[in-house]
Amino acid sequence: MLKSFAKASLLAAALSLPLSVGSVQAEEKKDFKVCWSIYVGWMPWGYLQDSGLIKKWADKYDINVEIVQINDYVESINQYTAGEYDGCSMTNMDALSIPAGGGVETTALIVGDYSNGNDGIILKDKTELADIKGQSVNLVELSVSHYLLARALDTVDLSERDLTVINTSDADMIAAYATSDVTSVVTWNPLLSEIEAQPNATKVFDSAGIPGEIIDIMMVNTETLADNPAFGKALVGAWYELMGIMSSEGDEGVAARTAMAEASGTNLPGYDAQLATTKMFYTPAEAVAFTNAPELPSTMKFVAEFLFDKGILGEGAPSPEFVGVSFPDGSIYGDKNNVKLRFDPSFMQMAADGAL
Amino acid sequence: MRIINRKPSRLTALALGLLPFVATIIGYAIASHYRRLDNPADKLLPSLESIGQAFWRMAAIPDRRSGDLLLWVDTFDSLWRLGTGMAVSTLLALSLGIAIGFIPHVRSALAPYLATFSLIPPITILPILFITFGLGEMAKIALIVIGTAPVMIRSTAQAVLDIPREMIIKAETLGASVWQMTVRLVIPQVLPKMITALRMGLVPAWIFLISAEAIASTTGLGYRIFLVRRYLAMDVILPYVVWITLLAFLLDRALLLLSRRSFQWHHLGSDAL
Repeated sequence: MLKSFAKASLLAAALSLPLSVGSVQAEEKKDFKVCWSIYVGWMPWGYLQDSGLIKKWADKYDINVEIVQINDYVESINQYTAGEYDGCSMTNMDALSIPAGGGVETTALIVGDYSNGNDGIILKDKTELADIKGQSVNLVELSVSHYLLARALDTVDLSERDLTVINTSDADMIAAYATSDVTSVVTWNPLLSEIEAQPNATKVFDSAGIPGEIIDIMMVNTETLADNPAFGKALVGAWYELMGIMSSEGDEGVAARTAMAEASGTNLPGYDAQLATTKMFYTPAEAVAFTNAPELPSTMKFVAEFLFDKGILGEGAPSPEFVGVSFPDGSIYGDKNNVKLRFDPSFMQMAADGAL
Repeated sequence: MRIINRKPSRLTALALGLLPFVATIIGYAIASHYRRLDNPADKLLPSLESIGQAFWRMAAIPDRRSGDLLLWVDTFDSLWRLGTGMAVSTLLALSLGIAIGFIPHVRSALAPYLATFSLIPPITILPILFITFGLGEMAKIALIVIGTAPVMIRSTAQAVLDIPREMIIKAETLGASVWQMTVRLVIPQVLPKMITALRMGLVPAWIFLISAEAIASTTGLGYRIFLVRRYLAMDVILPYVVWITLLAFLLDRALLLLSRRSFQWHHLGSDAL
């Protein structure tokens, strides 16, 4: 009896060992994996892999980089946080709540774009944001949609207490809008434009009202980056080479955008329309300027307060300042001894200086 | 003595039964320990202690926003949906199952359709359910019913067909009407098998309940799991999973007990799991 018990626990330990060694060990290495999910501003990641651009840059620094698409956005962040990937595309808000809140020190390597109308609030048969009072609002709870709603309500002196939030899967948002008991939704593109096209729908607020607050970033593991600068250089170099191609109106640019459009399930005009509501930073200089701007710390303060208010800023977080965020000028928001999210434009600066 | 003839004593049986559970917990604790050596704030495999704290927080400390005890609100709402869905499925299984099993014309009309319908994965027709039943409780209950009723109806019909032909002939010889045979012969024969079908149906019912709550909801066990999954709060998810498992287990045992108490004759035969 005792013997079999000892045997069983040994076996259990052996079985569970793979779970415990999955985390990224800080050391110099050759093979890197980053992940991304479908979103207008992240489609270039897929194209980098398909076109071989990333291979070209990885070869230059004598490393291997694999870019993997994951179908579920939250799952991709969870995989990164669990240590399966060295980097992952995500928003500033989710970076603070999931990896940083979960103790995985993370660096914003490439600040790619911000939502400038890609996220919005739609009311059925009503035309003013203030009409949202008392309604049930369907959205993906605790996502950037929820954040957008909170920020929008501030502008009309309402709060979440004045309405009911119904957590609704993004996959079912369009079908949900078609039912009669759904009167308002908060969602993102391409769902947003699909729903807005319905005759009774009015977009009453969108992220253009809070420019620069919903930021889409390639986040990488801070330790991995520190030990392997080549990894950062290859990603940044490849990204900005593609940005140059993508923003051109020449044949090459159109071909790249068409490929990205098809990969995201639309066509070139549809993709261009989504790009119009996305403020892409096509040059590294723009991205560096945005990262250095004095508005970023106040945005992150809003985000941290929102996350704290919703109780998702890490377990037992005593205040919004529980997780520290560092900025390029050396200033820190929150706990100086627990800095888990870093905005560091140095790699993008190298691209701007042509030093890659 | 050969191993197949050696029976464990009550105590050994209990210890053997607990062994895999204990081994799982120990295995988890070891894996969690090693992950937390790397990163003390690891979210994937939190310590047993922080799982306990999270469970306590969900069960005993009112939520900051709504003032509710979340675990109990979630449990009550989920069990209500599950109970209503299974009650509807059971009624459908009893009425349609007996009709199909007992009346050849109904069987010819409905059996092939039902066999086909039961193969549709209900999740794939969700948008239709939403537009028909709305996004509220109706759609969630409908998903549970669509997911469980066809199989339950079919097994009930089969149970009716399995009634020894001699018994029916004997009842007819004694001059029983169809209604009398249904009430006095078929229903008593079918009820214990109905409970077995219900126990089997509960497995998919939980799956459909959780999926329905994940899609559009404001409360429920599945809602909570999918909500906190957004920030990888495994310290909340894991105790919820254990809680759901426990509820499912207790429901299953309660039904088994009910069956043993009410239909002793049905359990005279062999060992059952």
